[in-house]
Amino acid sequence: MIEIENIAKAFGGKQVLSGIDGTFEKGKANLIIGASGTGKSVLLKNIVGLVQPDTGQVLYNGRCFTGATKELQTEIRREIGMLFQGGALFDSKNVEENVMFPLDVLTKQSKEEKIERVNFCLERVGLENVNKKMPSEISGGMKKRVGIARAIVNQPNYLFCDEPNSGLDPQTSIRIDNLIKDITDELNITTVVVTHDMNSVIEIGDKIMFLFEGEKVWEGSSVDIMKSEVKSLNDFVFATRLMQSLR
Amino acid sequence: MTSFGKYLIFIKNLLVRRESFKTYVKLTIDECVNVGVNSIFIVTIVSVFMGAVTTVQTAHNLVSPFIPDYVISLVVRDMTILELAPTIIAIIFAGKVGSNIAGELGTMRITEQIDALEIMGINANSYLVLPKVIASIIMYPMLVVISAFLTIYGGYATGILTGLVSGPDYIYGIRFEFIEENVSFALTKSIVFAFLVASISSYKGFYTDGGALEVGKASTSAVTNSCIAILLADYGLAQLFLA
Repeated sequence: MIEIENIAKAFGGKQVLSGIDGTFEKGKANLIIGASGTGKSVLLKNIVGLVQPDTGQVLYNGRCFTGATKELQTEIRREIGMLFQGGALFDSKNVEENVMFPLDVLTKQSKEEKIERVNFCLERVGLENVNKKMPSEISGGMKKRVGIARAIVNQPNYLFCDEPNSGLDPQTSIRIDNLIKDITDELNITTVVVTHDMNSVIEIGDKIMFLFEGEKVWEGSSVDIMKSEVKSLNDFVFATRLMQSLR
Repeated sequence: MTSFGKYLIFIKNLLVRRESFKTYVKLTIDECVNVGVNSIFIVTIVSVFMGAVTTVQTAHNLVSPFIPDYVISLVVRDMTILELAPTIIAIIFAGKVGSNIAGELGTMRITEQIDALEIMGINANSYLVLPKVIASIIMYPMLVVISAFLTIYGGYATGILTGLVSGPDYIYGIRFEFIEENVSFALTKSIVFAFLVASISSYKGFYTDGGALEVGKASTSAVTNSCIAILLADYGLAQLFLA
């Protein structure tokens, strides 16, 4: 479980996040949603420690991550897997080397053990016979799946996904969403997904946090969201005719 | 001053929270190839022509019949060892290797590859930059030795081919009153320059923020700052060791 308390962040005098509290539960796909520029990605970066919050703290299973010693931060980070928006695969390494990278650097497993684990993870995300391909030789959807394989290869306790569907066609998006949900259930991990994709909200949103202008204005499930009375949330959720028809 | 302070913290971070020694050995060997072996071609071309031009220009300026021909090679030798090989090649090194380092790290930054390393609990400064700095410190002095040899040899070939100086005179000149300490000084300078180029370029690339335009700017800035640092260090070291 991850708890965030009173997170605030400003850049150059512009307040991006204000007093955000919340809990991301274990075994659930926790979604952070909101329109572009509302601070979703900044919040995620605050949670994983890529950006330091101006106020507040983040707790991983009760361990305070914000302001912790480098050793504790490293220990917690080694329990984290993250899927980045663009995949963030290492250009100079092939698919197999990318997925194996956390094992190479963070474990003392034998080569055979590592290859077995890498192949398992690649099969798990539906990728076979791509081990020797370079990131530049695979599609956007495949890059995301390799990113997921790399994120789970070291058996994380926490999985973070930043806009996993951006730039993907609807079919591939749903495939990625389902994969994230299945992995969350299988590994019983705490998953936090930042998205503005309403399909993801409906498909995998166990618990949803809605941000508006840097503040948390709503929290609930994918069922609750359809009955919400919050105007800013309704404007966001029911922006399309398709969603309006579901109302 | 803020930038300089940030640079010093960046350097300090290279040495903390390191990964296993084995990891660095492999990375450093790879970087030695990138930094050193891949620079041999440009160093060869520049050095040979530097020697040729220095010989021709020195001969052109020594018009007095009282100055013996071997002075040409003596001048070429001392200029090469003291300045041309370590300093001019350092400028070339900054242009080739420095821009490459800044571009590579800048691209890794904007495509979130550095963030990915940090998320894995890896000290990205140390993992990415330390092997580049160590490889530069190992390989650049070797490039300077190669450059010094080729510059003097380029001068020799040019002197003979153009008839400006005979072979025996040239050889006599490069041996005449040779000061071994000059070689130590050149190698000391090369270590300092290698560190400056690798660390400044890495710093510029590592803290790139934005997109492709900023990566380009980081590369340019890396070369400019490295060149300025090389020239300042060159003057400082000359004052320290020779004045």
